[in-house]
Amino acid sequence: MVRKLVYSVLCIAALVAAMSFTAPGYGKLTIRFENFVGDKPLKLDSVYYKNALGQSYNVSMFKYYVGNFHLKNKEGKEFISRGYYLINQEEKNSMQITIDSVPFGEYKGIEFTLGVDSIDNCSGAQSGALDPVNGMFWAWNTGYIFLKMEGQSPFSNATGKRLEFHIGGYKQQNNCIKQIHFEYRLQIKENENEKIFIDADASKLFSSPNLIDFSKISSVTDFHNAKAIADNYSGMFRIIDYGNY
Amino acid sequence: MKRKFIYFFVFPFFLLLLLGSFVSDNGYFSISQKDVEFHIPKGFPQPFYDIKKNIPTPAGFVLGRKLFYDPILSKDSSVSCGFCHQRIAGFAHIDHALSHGINGLIGKRNVPPLENLIWSNSFMWDGRINHLEVQPLAPITNPIEMNETLQNVLKKLQRNREYVTMFKAAFNDTIIDSRNMLRAISQFLALMISADSRYDKYMNGEDTLSVAELSGLQLFRDNCAQCHKEPLFTDNTFRNTGLAMDSALQDSGVAAINGDMKDFMKFKVPSLRNVEMTYPYMHDGRFRNLKQVLDHYTKKFTPESHADPILVKGIQLTELEKADIIAFLKTLTDQKFLHDRRFADPNGHF
Repeated sequence: MVRKLVYSVLCIAALVAAMSFTAPGYGKLTIRFENFVGDKPLKLDSVYYKNALGQSYNVSMFKYYVGNFHLKNKEGKEFISRGYYLINQEEKNSMQITIDSVPFGEYKGIEFTLGVDSIDNCSGAQSGALDPVNGMFWAWNTGYIFLKMEGQSPFSNATGKRLEFHIGGYKQQNNCIKQIHFEYRLQIKENENEKIFIDADASKLFSSPNLIDFSKISSVTDFHNAKAIADNYSGMFRIIDYGNY
Repeated sequence: MKRKFIYFFVFPFFLLLLLGSFVSDNGYFSISQKDVEFHIPKGFPQPFYDIKKNIPTPAGFVLGRKLFYDPILSKDSSVSCGFCHQRIAGFAHIDHALSHGINGLIGKRNVPPLENLIWSNSFMWDGRINHLEVQPLAPITNPIEMNETLQNVLKKLQRNREYVTMFKAAFNDTIIDSRNMLRAISQFLALMISADSRYDKYMNGEDTLSVAELSGLQLFRDNCAQCHKEPLFTDNTFRNTGLAMDSALQDSGVAAINGDMKDFMKFKVPSLRNVEMTYPYMHDGRFRNLKQVLDHYTKKFTPESHADPILVKGIQLTELEKADIIAFLKTLTDQKFLHDRRFADPNGHF
């Protein structure tokens, strides 16, 4: 009787131990986001920046959805990690995401979505990153807000000199979903946590290809001008190559 | 001794009986497994809403019903869903042209009835909501309807012992989150199925229609059914019905949502089930009765009017034919649905 008990306890212990190791053949990938304005790390509220027209502004909120990470290997095969993450400047923990169980191997490119795919905009009540309680959901006109930037500028003609850019839209004519792609060599190895660093430059929202004049556009909260900002944010990321290879 | 017996035994017994008659609902509001079983009515297509992913249970349905009738969802606890969506009016707001909200505010649109929602792939007059489960978020957060935030609603529910118990029973989950709240309301809404009108019984060979009603059915099929398609009496499209824009409301319909002038003054084709009870009519409630609606549709519309091509082509009806169509439309009134105890306010406000 006692022996049986000891065996079963040992078995469970072994099972738990086995489960806590990463399964062979898979490694981890950590992606760390950092937000900038131009070449300066983004600081909320306190710092005033200048847009391309020399208009000063600060940033009180900066958050966006990224998701559906694809890794491409040499043979062109893809590893896809489905799901979304809300990168929020205000929450340090949100800036780093870890993708478990990436198959071993060498990859030559990474791709992800800025925003939320159309199917996930039409799937009813969701939880986690896509829970409407996160404030990144339009209740009055179904759809996720892909990117929120708020702040103030003396050039804004809105109440309280506010800047308010809530960008979203998954339907064809107002589609603001952007696929971000980088050529980047990385190696996933056993028991190693590969890290990559992606910078987002918030100033790009207002600079290119569409120059935004805060005295004319200080608020985008529906389809009006949303695509212009989306075309701008599609170029806000860059991947930092620390020369590992 | 005898008096003591009366005081201590007989009197309390009657007191209990009296109390019991107030407390007990005699099962009127209780929901059994049978009450939440889902069947596609005969002749109905597959629904858009995938009910298999949110199978109604008695506990989930009762929770959804409680939420539907609870003003706790509004900022000052003054307005519930059922405030505007009245059961006797097919869950529209009877005799109200425009929706009412918090602080006596008046909205821009006529309250749409709630029925057969799982066969709809878009909600609101302009289709801005794309899924049944997220629909309740719109009125909850609209400043002129319930004017509340989702965060606040959840906080209020989490503080409420009765809700904590009910969420636990419905989802076996101690966490009250938006997903469970929305799925409970959806369970309640999903079962609001109206498919037992005299028209349905006639179609199933269980009832007969009068000569006028039958003539009306034929005229309806010839003139109206292209948009108000049987058996749901809508084709779920958006159309311009040739109405002039109200100068005060300045409501351009779908175009206001997507900025596409091709969609100017387009509104969703509403179902006509229970239409007798959902007056007044149109997106802004401008017509008091069905006769006025038919008078409008038999007007002449020029191609420049933006009206739907079907209306530009023209619909011609004599006064007698209009009367027959109205007689037929009244056969779409589903008394069983309008008086279904499952959908009644458990707090007793009928």
